[in-house]
Amino acid sequence: MNADVARFRPGDRVKVKFEDRPGHIRTPWYIRGKTGWIERIHGEFLNPESLAFGRDGLPKKTLYLVAFNQSDLWDKGNNADKLLVDIYEHWLDPAA
Amino acid sequence: MNTPSDEHGHDHPKNELSHYAKRIYAIRDLLLEKGVISEKDIQCQIDYQEARSPANGAKLVARAWVDPAFKARFIADPKAACAEMGIDATAINEFVVLENKENLRHMVVCTLCSCYPRPILGRPPDWYKSFNYRQRSVVDPRGVMREFGLHLPEDVEVRVHDSTADIRYLVLPLRPKGTEDWSEADLAKLVTRDSMIGVMDALDSIPE
Repeated sequence: MNADVARFRPGDRVKVKFEDRPGHIRTPWYIRGKTGWIERIHGEFLNPESLAFGRDGLPKKTLYLVAFNQSDLWDKGNNADKLLVDIYEHWLDPAA
Repeated sequence: MNTPSDEHGHDHPKNELSHYAKRIYAIRDLLLEKGVISEKDIQCQIDYQEARSPANGAKLVARAWVDPAFKARFIADPKAACAEMGIDATAINEFVVLENKENLRHMVVCTLCSCYPRPILGRPPDWYKSFNYRQRSVVDPRGVMREFGLHLPEDVEVRVHDSTADIRYLVLPLRPKGTEDWSEADLAKLVTRDSMIGVMDALDSIPE
């Protein structure tokens, strides 16, 4: 893993981009536009949005484990419970 | 198949293949006809898929329970720990082990499709691939766990992992209380597939 190229660090607050476009998107709909934080840097991986169409998946994208409070996603939910999703860097913006 | 003789006033159960089954058989026939793959290749692949089962995961978990040094390696570098146990996890791009604790439970889902640590657990159960599980596990994980018999107190934190990318997750369940003097082989019998997906804890006694 080459953490040097990663734009975000564990603990950074991030907002998932709200984009609606066709393609092999690995960002679930229910967290688009939601704010969470970086839990872990998984490393760099071939881009599935390119691989799915028979292309080479390059350049590689940094993949993060991003955590969200359940109570920030839904109206209900236990306050301590979390939801963790693997999200590629180009889907994330810095958040306050 | 709807033949004229079927038309006699009431419906019969249909044994017809689904659209997707028909399509996959058509693709198989074409691949064979054009010599891209052989019948033997297909059978070898079926045998390989069938040979992988939750017993692999149970072996890993039981070893982690009895050997703290192995547990540390299993969490730090799961693929190397698998190789040590003779389990081939090389097909997994990136493998992460989630350790349950008294005050923390992990649960795994793939809301987009059916991503699953197949080399360790074999093929996923049908419910894992159902829309019902994929929707409700992220919205109401405690409700799903209750249906599997796990009633968690409010002060136990739940972390749901939606495996949307190249990472495959395996839950390392808690070792049941009262099993301190058990053998590794007996401990492995307590480790269910569902406890490694995280919807329930490990069993506390060996099933009959």
